Amino acid sequence: MNNPFIDLVGVHKHYGEIDALKDITFSIEKGTFLSVFGPNGAGKSTLLKIIATQITPSKGKIYYNGKDGKHLENIFRKNLGIISHKTYLYSSLTVLDNLRFYAKLYNMKNYKKRIEYLLKKLGLYEKEFDYVKNLSRGMSQRAAIARALLHDPSIIILDEPFTGLDQSVSNLLSKILSEELKKNKIIIMATHNIDLGYKASNKLAIMRKGNLVYLDKRENISIDSFKEKYIKLVKYKDAYEKI
Amino acid sequence: MMNYIKTIYYIFEKDILLELKNKDIISSMLLFSLLIVTIFSFIINPAADYKSEIASGVLWIAIVFSGLLGLNRSIVIETMDETLTALMLAPVDKSAILFGKVLSNTFFMIAMEFMIIPAFTVFYNINIFASSCLSPIIFISCTYGFCLLGTFFSFMASKTKIGEIILPLLLLPILIPLLLAGIQSLSSCITGENLENIYKWIRVIFIFDLIFTVVINAIFEYIVEE
Repeated sequence: MNNPFIDLVGVHKHYGEIDALKDITFSIEKGTFLSVFGPNGAGKSTLLKIIATQITPSKGKIYYNGKDGKHLENIFRKNLGIISHKTYLYSSLTVLDNLRFYAKLYNMKNYKKRIEYLLKKLGLYEKEFDYVKNLSRGMSQRAAIARALLHDPSIIILDEPFTGLDQSVSNLLSKILSEELKKNKIIIMATHNIDLGYKASNKLAIMRKGNLVYLDKRENISIDSFKEKYIKLVKYKDAYEKI
Repeated sequence: MMNYIKTIYYIFEKDILLELKNKDIISSMLLFSLLIVTIFSFIINPAADYKSEIASGVLWIAIVFSGLLGLNRSIVIETMDETLTALMLAPVDKSAILFGKVLSNTFFMIAMEFMIIPAFTVFYNINIFASSCLSPIIFISCTYGFCLLGTFFSFMASKTKIGEIILPLLLLPILIPLLLAGIQSLSSCITGENLENIYKWIRVIFIFDLIFTVVINAIFEYIVEE
């Protein structure tokens, strides 16, 4: 078994009186594709933001490769790529200008070849001089994937990446993620899409009201059983509480 | 240190590129400041004795309020597609990102001032460079101080839903010493008072800039942390 690369110990996050995360403890090893499921407000995005060092936990600790994450933010961020439903691209700049800017910001040396490689891989080579604002949703999401993978990150975080994507871009993203996983990277994805998430990942988690209510390897559960589990852990409990 | 300076430059370079494509920050600031200068020129009698004493105030009003417009636009560009989040997640010093934005905002404002000053000279028949060549130092140092605090507060205000309203409310009270020094020193330049008085106010501006550069550099990382 691999050593845990990301270790969350008793992580708690509250916004005022609202507990967004409650005592989350788990580890992620290299070569893990973790899909996190849960209804809106379950704490999925907060969890991802904490792992991505975007926000700091109110309580608890997060360790990267055994070291306290508080002092390793910039080292960790060099190895981090984020794909969200927002592109994080400047709409008034061309695809190429955007990628050049981020490559410089990540202090990449020979970024021209890497940009060319990604543009070709993502079918954007013909669109490199197009302004992001003129691209379709699918094309701009391809550009966002190129931006996230530009510095070849070893940890990829995805927050609802399939939202609003057509079938071809969804397939392309799934294919790229499975290729990245083969390189022994860590991928963490929050999604509502159980079918896509189950198929892509090798570890599954369910969150509900800030709690991690389920975490197991995919091989231990079939998709039908997982769906049943999800309904039991999330929907029945919600309905029960309403009654 | 080299990486810090490089980051500042990359942010500045990107903002210049965005402005070259959009052309909205400088043009909106210029139009607004022209409007203010024109409207005040209707109020102030060109032959009045008091003209040279209040003219610098009019010019600073035009610069400050059009500058607020520019600052708002500058942060909207970063929040529209959440590029600010991407910047904050980059493996660079967060304060370098802030100072990159300060540099570009200062550059845009100085470009706007460069264009508004000739119009001001025509409307009010006042040459701000007539009795002293210290005016450019006053403009540059005051504009830097304004943009430093303005950019800092616009980052903070961007996290609220009423950022455009909050920015001037937060910024203007803190800017009072800087504005006072800017108006007084420029007024002294126009009326041709002794240099010692101008130097006194320039020292105030420099101290203001220095203090806030150090303070903001020290606290920015903690302020932007959610």
